[in-house]
Amino acid sequence: MFQPDFEAMPRTDLEALQLERLGTTLERVYERVPTYRAKFDEAGSHPASVRSLADLANVPFTVKDDLRSAYPYGMFAAPMRDIVRVHSSSGTTGQVTVVGYTKGDIERWGDLMARTLASAGATADDIVQISYGYGLFTGGLGVHYGSERLGAATVPISGGNTKRQIQVMKDFGVTVLAATPSYALLLAETALEMGIDPRDLPLRAGVFGAEPWSENMRTQLEEALGILAIDIYGLSEVLGPGVASECECKDGLHVNEDHFIIEIIDPATLLPVPDGEMGEVVFTTITKEGIPVIRYRTRDISRIIPGTCPCGRTFRRMQRVSGRTDDMLIIRGVNVFPSQIEQVLTGIPGVAPHYQVVLTKRGSLDHVEVHVEVGPDFAFDEIKTLEHLRRRVSAEIASALAISIEVKLVEPKSIQRSEGKAKRVLDLRSEGSE
Amino acid sequence: MIEQVSVFLENKTGRLAEMTRVLGDAQVNMRALMVADTAEFGVVRLICDGPRRAVNVLEDAGFGASITEVIAVAVPDRPGGLADVLEALGSEGLNVEYAYCFVEPTGEAAVDIFRVDDPARARTVLSAAGIGVVEPDSLYSAD
Repeated sequence: MFQPDFEAMPRTDLEALQLERLGTTLERVYERVPTYRAKFDEAGSHPASVRSLADLANVPFTVKDDLRSAYPYGMFAAPMRDIVRVHSSSGTTGQVTVVGYTKGDIERWGDLMARTLASAGATADDIVQISYGYGLFTGGLGVHYGSERLGAATVPISGGNTKRQIQVMKDFGVTVLAATPSYALLLAETALEMGIDPRDLPLRAGVFGAEPWSENMRTQLEEALGILAIDIYGLSEVLGPGVASECECKDGLHVNEDHFIIEIIDPATLLPVPDGEMGEVVFTTITKEGIPVIRYRTRDISRIIPGTCPCGRTFRRMQRVSGRTDDMLIIRGVNVFPSQIEQVLTGIPGVAPHYQVVLTKRGSLDHVEVHVEVGPDFAFDEIKTLEHLRRRVSAEIASALAISIEVKLVEPKSIQRSEGKAKRVLDLRSEGSE
Repeated sequence: MIEQVSVFLENKTGRLAEMTRVLGDAQVNMRALMVADTAEFGVVRLICDGPRRAVNVLEDAGFGASITEVIAVAVPDRPGGLADVLEALGSEGLNVEYAYCFVEPTGEAAVDIFRVDDPARARTVLSAAGIGVVEPDSLYSAD
């Protein structure tokens, strides 16, 4: 544990700290950010009326559109002379959003990412390769500051140039890898193509995040790379990486509750759900100065895992994100998360966990085709074994998603590998019927 | 045992041409080729010189390829020649998954390739029945 005084703090002390910090944050945004002042005023509410953590449920939500319409600096709660860094979202889903950090924010972010790396077992003795993109994306620099805070030797290689990544990993004796899980899988494949078995390298742990991934993909990464693979979570609107992280128990991600208050709400009724139930994740930052967010609706789907963790951390755990309300596809009226498809594929020998979902219209009906790669080690000889494989994949996906689909087997490595967030859904439903 | 190269191909225009070009560029000489197809994909089976190298070349070029063990039989060029072979296999309970045939340059006999459940036992059964099993060396140069 990097900061045991906080990470293992007794719950009553933690909740007192949260309430104190929440009050300061609410006053700060009410004074400094017109959007928040307007939200409170419209709701007939005031920061002073929040006297307990439970009262937070009466505070208005913040959504991505609030940040978009405040582009670029409208939601900042610190003057630009106090801002030392800006990052921005990728803008793949609309107008980009901009976030700003004060010197204090950068300090705290470093601490939180150091906690994250430490929960993968990293120490000052490690050599950390950061294969997240550097730049406006929070991933690269976010992990970078944490790695330096921890005292690890930091290799700021950024994303891309995959063969060089392997060479560096081998030559520099890298022990910890930070990357998106799909990129880590590409690194493993590429290493083998180069005649390097990653399991023979000193690499021993990986912190993977920035896109949803499955338990089966963890097994696959751990076996292919010979490492401990942990899931990390963060989003730029709340901080970037460092919001929550798994510990060595690999059973849920401890939320850094001394800096963030997590709530799970029902996205339809907007009411908080009890611990253990799935819903949309909502965060309130309670130490950020640059751009605090109050009850920010992340659109990520998860739940709080009830109970305590044997690692000794007292922070509550959120389950790995199982999809986003944005990514959620509504197919013939059924809610479908693409990550469920990956979950199925990694459980079937003979196929690779890479897939693409192609949605089209046949008449008025949605038609779903899932392209699945035959694994490189599959014995390709017999039509009947391939047909059997296709039927099995089709049946298992249909059973997991509760909708009928058509599976098309495609050649090994023919589905485009992503070097960042994987693009796995091709929705052609608005382009007319076939 | 004959080492046959099996390649998985999507049904895409020009894909078979790309595959044969890859082999041609690598100086792999093909002796026989058979395409089995379904609506969605096909499996190409071929007998060629240096089958293991062929698999590596194809994999490097992004194809899914593997080696399958098959047996080759010189079938007498007369009516009932193939039936004799199949009856010999059938009487021992050996199931033929697929078969294809090509004619050797000598023109004396057709060579049939059989994929059976148990190629080693098939070989013994055929030899016992006096049917000539063709060795790899006479079909292609092994590697």
